[in-house]
Amino acid sequence: MPEQQKTIEIEVLRYNPETDQVPYAQVFAVPFTDDMSVLQGVQYIKDYLDGSLSFRWSCRMAICGSCGMMINGEPSLSCQTFLRDYYPERVRVEALAHFPIERDLVINMEGFIEKLESIQPYIIPKEARTLAQGEYLQTPAQLNAYEQFSSCINCLLCYAACPQFGLNKDFVGPAALTLLHRYNMDSRDGGQAERMQLVNAEEGVFNCTAVGYCSEVCPKHVDPANAVNLNKTNSAMDYFLRFLAPKGGTK
Amino acid sequence: MSKRRPYVRPMDGWWRKNPYFVEYMIHEGTALFVAAYAAVLLFGLLRLAQGEAAWNGWLLALKSPWSIGFHLLALAAIGYHAYTWFKIMPRTMPPLVVGGKRLPAWAITGGGLAAAGAASLLLFVLVWGLAR
Ligand code: SF4
Ligand code: FES
Repeated sequence: MPEQQKTIEIEVLRYNPETDQVPYAQVFAVPFTDDMSVLQGVQYIKDYLDGSLSFRWSCRMAICGSCGMMINGEPSLSCQTFLRDYYPERVRVEALAHFPIERDLVINMEGFIEKLESIQPYIIPKEARTLAQGEYLQTPAQLNAYEQFSSCINCLLCYAACPQFGLNKDFVGPAALTLLHRYNMDSRDGGQAERMQLVNAEEGVFNCTAVGYCSEVCPKHVDPANAVNLNKTNSAMDYFLRFLAPKGGTK
Repeated sequence: MSKRRPYVRPMDGWWRKNPYFVEYMIHEGTALFVAAYAAVLLFGLLRLAQGEAAWNGWLLALKSPWSIGFHLLALAAIGYHAYTWFKIMPRTMPPLVVGGKRLPAWAITGGGLAAAGAASLLLFVLVWGLAR
């Protein structure tokens, strides 16, 4: 026997920079089945109710990190959040908090891309190596030191969960600082001294007041709060090292 | 000409928008009770230095219903502060590896709370014994 068709109300925060001064809420009635994600609900709106609705998505399997939205006020990947969990209540969908809205559910992430570049997210070799020397070897323990922090998919949910980033756009923020930590912890890398300058800086780790919500919402269990807070200790050590060994630590 | 006009949402009342932030603000707020209680104790030390009459006056003031009310409130607030403090602790420290396995967050939180509880109990028994 076919399941009875259910309909859920989806409230979307709309914003069209060409016509709207401020964003406004619009409600759509969307027929759905229990296997439908919020992303599929929003796709239904675009396909059948209002083709002008804008949002980002790609993989629809929690891998690409492009479908982040505020769902009932919580930063979530819309492809792994299900409509059935909200029915029969209305579900509210809004662009990720703390970022400028480009249009509808699409945020402006230019600031984040700049931060990502600033942390030098690549291995800076300790010394030049020739091909003849062969590949780098790493023990499981050395891999363990950074592996968790390398699972980030740049979905930016953690930024939408961070009030300190909301209050100060210059804060390098959870994901970028976590990736910085990931490279600093890599046994093949020698770029720590350079990166520590950013950790110690005005826009660095000390903006964090350990709210901890970033780690709560992270879909990949990266625990960005942990990486940021470990670097508060690293930053303090770096500071004192400067007195002990003039060549150690950063300038 | 570019049609772009990114809209920046205001941050007013941000901490009311999510239960997690409300908990965070209460956590930060209860720290004031920790400071207030420390001030009460420091003031007692000052009165002790000023002689017996001053010290007895301070002891008497502690027995007033207002003071007892404050202490009960402070106990609740500091208890909540301790609980939320240990809850966030696993996120702020390097991984603890015991027997080749990483200690789970609840074990760290539970261990911290147990240690705080044991220390409080020890102090209470000690002071109780001294006071009798
Ligand atoms: S740390 Fe987690 S929440 Fe933040 S961008 Fe990476 S995957 Fe997303
Ligand atoms: S669509 Fe790729 S993470 Fe949701």
